[in-house]
Amino acid sequence: MAQTTALQQSRKYNGLMDWITTVDHKKIGILYLFSGIFFLLLGGIEALLIRWQLVRPMNDFVSGETFNQLITMHGTTMIFLAAMPMLFGFMNAVVPLQIGARDVAFPFINSLGFWLFFFGGVMLNLSWFFGAAPNAGWTAYAPLSTQPEATGVDFYALGLQISGFGSLMAGINFLVTILNMRAPGMKLMRMPLFTWTTFVASALIVFAFPPLTVGLFMLMFERLFGAVYFDPAMGGNVIIWEHLFWIFGHPEVYILILPAFGIFSEIIPTFARKRLFGYTTMVFATMLIGFLGFMVWVHHMFTVGLGPVANSIFAVATMAIAVPTGVKIFNWLFTLWGGQIKFNVAMLYSVAFIPSFLVGGMTGVMLSVAPADYQYHDSYFVVAHFHYVIVGGVVYGLFAGLYYWFPLMFGKALSEKLGYWQFWLFFIGFHLTFFPQHFLGLFGMPRRVFTYLPNQGFETMNLLSTIGAFFMGVSTIILLVAVVKAFMSKHVVKPDHWGDGRTLEWTLPVPTPEYNFAQTPLVKGLDTFWLEKMAGNKRVSVAEPVSDIHMPNNSLIPFFMSLGLFIAGLGAIFQKDNMVIGWSLIAFGLLMTFVSMFLRSWIDDHGYYIPKSQVEADLKAIREKGEQ
Amino acid sequence: MAHAVEKHPVTGIPVNPEKATLEGKNKYVAFWFFLGGETVLFASLFGTYVGLLNSGAPEELRSYNIFEMGLVFLMTMLLLTSSLTSVLAMMNMKANNPARMKFWLIVTLVLGAGFLAAEIYEFIHYYHIGHTFTSSAFGSAFYTLVGFHGAHVTFGLLWITTLLIRNWNRPIDVHNAPKFYVSSLYWHFIDVVWVFIFSIVYLLGMVS
Ligand code: HEM
Ligand SMILES: [Cu+2]
Repeated sequence: MAQTTALQQSRKYNGLMDWITTVDHKKIGILYLFSGIFFLLLGGIEALLIRWQLVRPMNDFVSGETFNQLITMHGTTMIFLAAMPMLFGFMNAVVPLQIGARDVAFPFINSLGFWLFFFGGVMLNLSWFFGAAPNAGWTAYAPLSTQPEATGVDFYALGLQISGFGSLMAGINFLVTILNMRAPGMKLMRMPLFTWTTFVASALIVFAFPPLTVGLFMLMFERLFGAVYFDPAMGGNVIIWEHLFWIFGHPEVYILILPAFGIFSEIIPTFARKRLFGYTTMVFATMLIGFLGFMVWVHHMFTVGLGPVANSIFAVATMAIAVPTGVKIFNWLFTLWGGQIKFNVAMLYSVAFIPSFLVGGMTGVMLSVAPADYQYHDSYFVVAHFHYVIVGGVVYGLFAGLYYWFPLMFGKALSEKLGYWQFWLFFIGFHLTFFPQHFLGLFGMPRRVFTYLPNQGFETMNLLSTIGAFFMGVSTIILLVAVVKAFMSKHVVKPDHWGDGRTLEWTLPVPTPEYNFAQTPLVKGLDTFWLEKMAGNKRVSVAEPVSDIHMPNNSLIPFFMSLGLFIAGLGAIFQKDNMVIGWSLIAFGLLMTFVSMFLRSWIDDHGYYIPKSQVEADLKAIREKGEQ
Repeated sequence: MAHAVEKHPVTGIPVNPEKATLEGKNKYVAFWFFLGGETVLFASLFGTYVGLLNSGAPEELRSYNIFEMGLVFLMTMLLLTSSLTSVLAMMNMKANNPARMKFWLIVTLVLGAGFLAAEIYEFIHYYHIGHTFTSSAFGSAFYTLVGFHGAHVTFGLLWITTLLIRNWNRPIDVHNAPKFYVSSLYWHFIDVVWVFIFSIVYLLGMVS
C-alpha cells in the first residue's frame, strides 16, 4: 500500500532552522501567534504615545508630523500585523484539529504565507529607521499619500503588498483544507463554529485582498515609477483609491470579527455546558454577514459626494448587516440562558464581549444613517465606534482564545489568577479609554489631530481616555508575565484541559503528536467529543486502523521566496535615490524569488512516511500514561 | 495515504488523473479559488481603467486615434488559438498520449510567445507616438491593465516551459497531471481576461 521506498528520508532540522523551515501547522500557528503578539506590543506602545500627546491641550510631547506617523503605524500595525496574524495563529493551531485532519491542504504554502506576512511586517516597520514612517493614515488617502516627501508611504505600499500575498495564501489554504480535509462524518453542518467562521473569513480574504493589492500596486507605481492615476493635473482621480481601499477595507473588518465570533461561539457553549443555541442560524448569519460585507463599502465615503442615491442604497445595506449580527448576539445570550456557567478568564472575556460589542454595533447603525454621518464623520465618534467593535470584539476574542487554547497549543495553562487581574484592568481600561471618545466626537473633536485648544470642553474626556489607555498597558504587561510564568512552570496539563471540551481538538494527547491523529476520527454529530462523552466513551470512535502516516518535508524555500520579495521591495524604494543600488536589489530579489519558485517546481518532494510501528508505539505510551 | 486509484482499461491511467489523488483534488480546488481572487484583481484594474479612459490624454493620443486594431486582432487570434491547443493538450493528457500532449503544449507556447512579441511591439509603437506610462492617467491605467495581463502571459509561458522540460521523459501520472491541468486552467483564464481586454479596452476605446 504505502510505497515507502519511493520516498526520501524525512528532512528534519533543529532549533531555529526547524522554525524557519517548518511546515507543521501547529508550529506555524505558534509563529503567527508570537509575531502577532510582538506587533501588538509595538502597536500598543504607539497607542500610549498617541494618548500621552493628547493628555492635555496644546501638549508638545511629539510633533504633528510624528503624531501622524504614530497614528498611521498604530492602525496599520494593529490591523495587518497584530490582529490578523494572531487570528491566523489560532486558525492554524485549531482548525485542522477541529475537523480531524492530519494537516492543512498545503503545508508548504502555509509556511510561505507566514513568511510573506513576516517580511511584509518587517518592511513596514523598517520605515522608522529610514527617515520616516508612513504618515497618511492607515487608509492612505491620495493625494496625501502621493506627496513625494511622504517617503514612509513607500514602505506602506510595499510592505502591505508583500504581507497581503501572505494573507491570500493563508485564505486559499484554509478554504481548501476545510473543504477537502475533513474526517469522515464531519459534514459541513457538523463543523464547529470556529471552523465555519474561518471558512467564511478565508473566502472574504480571497475576494477582498485583490482590490487592496491593486490599490497598493498603483500607489507604488505612482510614488516610485511616475504613474499618475491619482494626479488630477494629469487626468487622474483620487476617489479611485478610496473605492479600492474600502472595497477591501469593509470586508477586512469582517475578516477580523468573524473568527472572533467563532472563538466566542466555541467558548460560550463549553463553559455554559450547553449546545450552542441556534447552530444553523449562526452558520447562516455568518455567511450572510460575509456576503453583505461586500455591499457596504460606500458607508466610509458618505461625505465624498457620490450623491443621494448611492448614499441611500449603501446606508440601507449597512443597516441590514445589523440584523444577522443581532441574531448572533441573541444566540449567544440564549446559549448562556439556563447553562451551568463556569466563569474562568476565557468566559469572562466572552461574556464581557457581548455588551461591549453591542455598543459598537449600535454606534455603527448610527453612523450608517448617511445624513447623520455628515456630523459624525472624521470625528472621535468614529474612533469610538471602531474601537468598540475591534477591541471589544476582536481583541477580547483574541484574549479569550489565548486563555482557552493556550493549554492545547503549549501543554501549559495561563494563570487564572493573573488572568482575572488582566481581564478586569483591560475591561475597565477599555471602557474608560473609548467611552468618553463618543462624547468628544459629538462635542466636535476631529480625529487625527495632534492637539487641541483649552476651554473647548475636551480636557476631561481626553484625560480620562489617556488614563484608560494606561490601564490597558498595565493589563498587557500582566498578560506577558502570565505567558512567561506558564512557560517556566513545570506543570503539564492533561488532555481536555477544561474537562468540558466538546470538539475534536480536545481529544488529542498532550503534546499533540506531529501527525495529530494516530487514527482519523469518525465524527458522529455536532460536538462529537461531547456526544461520545455523554454516551460514556472516553475516546472518540475512529475511522481507520493504525497505518503508515504520510508527512510533508520541511523546506527552506518559502523563507527565501519571501526574502526575495522583501529585497526587491527595498530595491523599489531605494531606486528613487540611487538607480544602481535600487535596480540591482530589485533584480537580485526577484531572481531569488523566481529561482525559489522554480526549485519548488523542479525538485520532487513527496514527503515521507511515519511507519505504523512508531504510531503504535506512540499510542501505547499515551495509553499507559493514563487517561487518554 | 496512498489510495488505490482505479485505472482506465484503455489509457492505463485514472480517468481524471488530475483529480485522482487528494493532493490533486486540493490543487484543483485551490486553483479555482485563486482564479476567483484573480478575477477580482482584474475587475479592479478594469474598473480603474474605465474610470480613467482617455482622461488627461490630448486628442491625438486618445484611444480611438492610437489603437492598432489590426495588430490587436492578430493578437486575439493567437491567444484564442493557444487556448484551443491547450485543450487539445489536456485531452491527450487524459488519453495518456504524452507525445501529443507535449506537441500541443509546445504549439501553445509558440502561440503565446507570438502574442507576447506582438504586445511588446505594440507597446513600443505607442511609446514612440507619445502614449506612455507617465504621459497621462489614461496611459498609466492602460499600461497597468494590459501590462498586468502581459505579465501573466509571461509567467504562464515560463511555468508551462518548466513543466514541459521537467516532465519531458516521464510518463503522465497522478503527480504531474494536476500540475499540467492547473497550468492549463491558468492559461484559459488569461485568455478569458484577454477577451475582456479586447472588448473593454480596444473595442470600447474605438467607439468612445
Ligand atoms: C452593525 C455593524 C456595523 C455598522 C452598521 C458599521 C458602520 C460603520 C460606518 C457607517 C462607518 C463610517 C463612519 C465614518 O467614517 O463616518 C464605520 C467605520 C468603521 N467601522 Fe464600522 N460598522 C459596523 C461594524 C463594524 C465592525 C464589526 C468593525 C470591525 C471589527 C468595524 C470597523 C470599523 C472601522 C475600522 C471603521 C473606521 C475606518 C476609518 O475610517 O478609519 N465596524 N462603521
Ligand atoms: Cu465599514
